[in-house]
Amino acid sequence: MISQPDAGGHFGKYGGRYVPEILMSPLEELQNTYLEAKEDPAFHAELDMLLTTYAGRPTPLYYARRLSEQLGGPKIYIKREDLLHTGAHKINNCLGQALLARRMGKKRIIAETGAGQHGVATATVCALFGFDCTVYMGEEDMRRQRLNVFRMRLLGAKVVPVMSGSRTLKDAISEAMRDWVTNVSTTHYLLGSALGAHPYPMMVRDFHRVIGLEAREQILKVEGRLPDTVIACVGGGSNAIGIFHPFLEDAGVKLVGVEAGGRGPTLGDHAARFAGGSPGVLQGTYSYLLQDNDGQISLTHSVSAGLDYASVGPEHAMLHDLGRAEYCGCTDGMAIVAATTLSRTEGIIPALESAHAVAEAIRRAPLESKDKIFIVNLSGRGDKDIDIYRENLKEMDQA
Amino acid sequence: MTRIGKLFETLKAEKRCGMIAYLTAGDPTPDATPELVAALERGGADLIELGVPFSDPVADGPVIQLAGDRAIRAGTNMAKVLEIAAKIRETSQIPLLLFTYLNPALRYGFERLAKDARAAGIDGCLLTDVSVEEADNYVSVMREAGIDTVFMAAPTSTDHRLKLVAEYSSGFVYLVSRAGITGEQASVSDTALPLIERMRALTDLPLAMGFGISTAPQVAAIAEFSDAVVVGSAIVRQIGKDPAGVEALEAMMRELTDPLQKAAIS
Repeated sequence: MISQPDAGGHFGKYGGRYVPEILMSPLEELQNTYLEAKEDPAFHAELDMLLTTYAGRPTPLYYARRLSEQLGGPKIYIKREDLLHTGAHKINNCLGQALLARRMGKKRIIAETGAGQHGVATATVCALFGFDCTVYMGEEDMRRQRLNVFRMRLLGAKVVPVMSGSRTLKDAISEAMRDWVTNVSTTHYLLGSALGAHPYPMMVRDFHRVIGLEAREQILKVEGRLPDTVIACVGGGSNAIGIFHPFLEDAGVKLVGVEAGGRGPTLGDHAARFAGGSPGVLQGTYSYLLQDNDGQISLTHSVSAGLDYASVGPEHAMLHDLGRAEYCGCTDGMAIVAATTLSRTEGIIPALESAHAVAEAIRRAPLESKDKIFIVNLSGRGDKDIDIYRENLKEMDQA
Repeated sequence: MTRIGKLFETLKAEKRCGMIAYLTAGDPTPDATPELVAALERGGADLIELGVPFSDPVADGPVIQLAGDRAIRAGTNMAKVLEIAAKIRETSQIPLLLFTYLNPALRYGFERLAKDARAAGIDGCLLTDVSVEEADNYVSVMREAGIDTVFMAAPTSTDHRLKLVAEYSSGFVYLVSRAGITGEQASVSDTALPLIERMRALTDLPLAMGFGISTAPQVAAIAEFSDAVVVGSAIVRQIGKDPAGVEALEAMMRELTDPLQKAAIS
């Protein structure tokens, strides 16, 4: 399983490279640059240095004692990606891809963003490397993640509102692809999730594997054994694949991905691709997809902009079919309640996306015994969601 | 040989560059499309690309995106487009090429699509986001049913890739004139002619060039080197502006094909 994908970027039958011909050569160039860099010790040395001195790695693996005791079940450990510079795991991938852009001699960077965390991380590395930066963001997401829009602008990035479709992450990706097709010789598309055409799902995963590698080493050090369950939220699936991947060969470790259950199970009200979708091709990759009978992509909903996407990374599709990882949903309401619980028991305000993973831990913990160990990947912090939390304060106070 | 193959033989014999016209099927309504196609044919179009609307057209600019939205809202899907094709076939033998993205075709099913498209009188198919690397099954199913598979080549394609594109194409090869999405441009890109020359050295298949071609002078400039010229967004814009204007559409097509007729006479 570790050797996935094949040379064409296939994870089993999923993945691949489904793009207009004009993007095929740039994708080959990116792939070759990445494969070359991967074998270059100087590349790793520079990336490690940046991850350590700039981004703040390694992140702590924190034992959430009060939360664990309150739930009366397993010991819950939290992988604190929210403590990284810019407030989420996204910086791991952005630093890696910025080094690749420099290797390719490209000085203009474009990106899409949903919750704005990837946009902020991209704007940050562009400031650091002196790149010109344009971020595409759905108009609806710009409204609900205003703080991050301002952060990107403060960092010198141009934020372009996307008005087409559902005005969310999917439409931002389409617009970024259109920009890339047009400016391909000068521009690197810094895709922010384990999605899209090969090599992105493999490359983005590799840049986030550090999460799982650290967590595995840390839990072995403090507990002397591997965890029973690893839980992460899944939008495109970058933080989840990052923490899952180093545990894939550990058969005893259960891997749980949490999708956005939104308002409920009706098509259009959620972003639960495994529960409500079927395989198809969107934006370069073959994976599970929320679509209608004509193959048109469905609208999605989640209170969390970062999980509000109609498809999912192809490696997750493979892990789902193999049964190696299981995927479940968490509603908007459950995520908001979980965010409140974590804030008030541990003093950690999670991002809405990460709150989905916390909610699943809270749901499972009372069902399992105290000698079990959970690791929850806390992919981002909640500052960006303060407006949404404030709107829901009444529900939160009843939690 | 499909109607597409025969068309290019005729064009060669007449020493004429062909006009390929794209429109989004079902825009503004499925019922309107056959008449719009007839107008394009009267105006001099030699081949029609019937665009099947897709919700997320990453290779298209705003004009074709909006047309696709209108068509989807009007109830257009793959089955409807095949009905439209059959309707066009009642009165016309103009070659028809289905032009869309992979997902609507995948959802319909390749085998079912090949069979139904053949029955509806479709001659060829182009799926914008199917790279040759992912095309084996699609190509074999379509060819089996006697449907041409047209692939795109781009200025960014290496010679190695151009060879692959030619290998997987039948009927003709679609050359993308410039880096970018569909849409009108002020002038012909300087990447256009080198791409024709590179491709010509690698294949005997007819070459059609599109993307960004919207005026008679641009058509004339491309026609000197290419076997056919594709006009898309300009037609779709005209239909969007004046959906009932069958005569205006015909006049516009005639103006764009005028340089081709003149070139043939001289």
